Amino acid sequence: MYKTPCCRLSGLVGLSVKQKLLQNVPQCNQTARSLVQLHRRDPSNWLTYQHLNFLKRQYVAKNNSELHQRAIPKPAPALTIVDERDDSIERQVQRIPTIDPVDTDTVSLSEDITSKAQPGISTLKPDTEDAAVQKDSVSSTLVTSDETPHVQVETDEEKEARLDRQWKQLKVNVADLPDIYAKLAKIKLTALVVTSAAAGFAMAPVPFDPLLFFVSSLGIGLASCTANSINQYFEVPFDSNMNRTKNRPLVRGQISPLHAVSFALACGIPGVALLTLVVNPLTGFLGALNIFLYTCCYTPLKRLSITNTWVGAVVGAIPPVMGWTAATGCLGQGALLMGGFLYSWQFPHFNALSWNLREDYSRGGYRMMSVTHPGMCKRVALRHSVGLIGLSTLAPVLDVTTWTFPVISLPINLYISYLAFRFYRQGERSSARKLFFCSLWHLPMLLLLALTCKKPRRDQEEPALPPASLPLTLQS
Amino acid sequence: MILLGFQSLKMWFSHFSKHSDPNEVQNSPYELLSLNQRSPYRPAVSSTHDWIGPPNPLSNLRPIVYRVPENESELEKRLRHLRQETEDWNHTFWTKQNFTFNKEKDAFIFSQLNSKGLTVRDEQGRRRALNSEEMAVFYKGFLDTNRIRHANYNKEWYRRNFTITLLMARVALKDIWRTVSERRRKNNGTPAT
Repeated sequence: MYKTPCCRLSGLVGLSVKQKLLQNVPQCNQTARSLVQLHRRDPSNWLTYQHLNFLKRQYVAKNNSELHQRAIPKPAPALTIVDERDDSIERQVQRIPTIDPVDTDTVSLSEDITSKAQPGISTLKPDTEDAAVQKDSVSSTLVTSDETPHVQVETDEEKEARLDRQWKQLKVNVADLPDIYAKLAKIKLTALVVTSAAAGFAMAPVPFDPLLFFVSSLGIGLASCTANSINQYFEVPFDSNMNRTKNRPLVRGQISPLHAVSFALACGIPGVALLTLVVNPLTGFLGALNIFLYTCCYTPLKRLSITNTWVGAVVGAIPPVMGWTAATGCLGQGALLMGGFLYSWQFPHFNALSWNLREDYSRGGYRMMSVTHPGMCKRVALRHSVGLIGLSTLAPVLDVTTWTFPVISLPINLYISYLAFRFYRQGERSSARKLFFCSLWHLPMLLLLALTCKKPRRDQEEPALPPASLPLTLQS
Repeated sequence: MILLGFQSLKMWFSHFSKHSDPNEVQNSPYELLSLNQRSPYRPAVSSTHDWIGPPNPLSNLRPIVYRVPENESELEKRLRHLRQETEDWNHTFWTKQNFTFNKEKDAFIFSQLNSKGLTVRDEQGRRRALNSEEMAVFYKGFLDTNRIRHANYNKEWYRRNFTITLLMARVALKDIWRTVSERRRKNNGTPAT
């Protein structure tokens, strides 16, 4: 999702440096490549135009991979310059050796497999690449696979040299570990989870305790890291087959499964212990429950039934509840309301996202509403977007915010409901995409508005007074 | 004739990759096809580290050449065999999955275009594609027909993953214990000399 400016800059700098090197010193391919590797550590760094809109990164990534797919017709030597971590190129080039000279039927099919092994968002992407592939296949039947050495020995050697470099030793490079751990723990998602928990904490009607805030945020962050790591540990073969997830550390073999589990335990045990002992047992219990729900319920359910979306919504709703219970120590109505906001928000967010990933989900065997029950998918997204308006109105009733909140949040709630309605009626990629991007800014805005409209605390010194002052506050 | 060719190539690959056991005989055409379409180059077995390779074009899974340490214990051997077997099993499943998916997808597109009276390729020679709503029918059908198969694969994969990780943990603990006890023996040895 969001990329820090310095990462993007290094990518651009690396690109310009590499280009300069390649122009001036052709024989320094080696240094160029190593420099490129240095700057291109993060596989998403080669999205040089990603800084245009950080929100669109996910889709830009797919678009860019398709651009690279169209680069197939280039001659083989040119491809050696490309970063070897670019899986899309490797895959395209390896298309040629999969052509089995014996079985002509599988020729076109194996091509299709490799070309479809890279499904972009749009299955409608024409087929200039397919036309190129057909041409390639005609010429490449002369260049056969490595098994029966043939005419062009140079390309085979070059190819072997390149394949040689693509094999890496499964050695843990300590310098890489922070980056690997960040990816394993889905650090950006964790940051958003901690933000929603912080919102829950801030909305609680108690004096703000910075130390408690920090400790509970840390504990929730660690719990989220654990859940994400275990999720990735379970899903290695599925992640390998989906574009969105194929660069994860376990898929790429940067660390072993045992290492990932150890990392998860190393985050989870201190995290939950911190929440239970330092904050309060209720928050610790909720943290452990959330980890369990995410890893043992949501992750397996993704492949078994569409109810995974509802379980996932509950998983997303628990962090703000945890923030509230961390602050107050008890599960109040306000906690459930904050959880309700996140719960309802999940549906337009996730349903819109999954709408454009239907092919990947189908091939990977994931049972998602968008694939199996498309009508329900749209209906549920619309229902919950409108439900957000209802929840915003409920906030002042439960004394969480003032009555200003439903009024000022009405514009953004109406807008997301409108987009959900359009998605419901049209059900197209563009409307799904619009709804998804709207949901990304809608939630932070909503939480921010709620925070600004937080109900000011009544003084606690005179408990006898509140019943008398109640009609006053209601009138104000 | 073709099968003999495949079998001999498979033997050559397994010899080249220096596995102590040859892969178990597999008769399914998907297995033969997939195992022979794997990366023709595999590095020599190292005694210190595993090698991990580029994603296979058919199954999108990365092959691993497992390390064979000197004085490999029974436990480590069991672990290595289980990992290799799981890798092969995974590779076969995903190759078949991707292959079937693409085949059925093409058949679906073909039949849909036929029912509309359109040819597979348009005037420019480019392949016609259906819009996402029409494709959604196919995606749903694919998931529904393969539901039990996917559920079984899931169960089996979780079971294997757990077993492998437990074995890895046991091997790691044994290693640590061995290092610690060796060091203790060395420390006990030096004051005596």
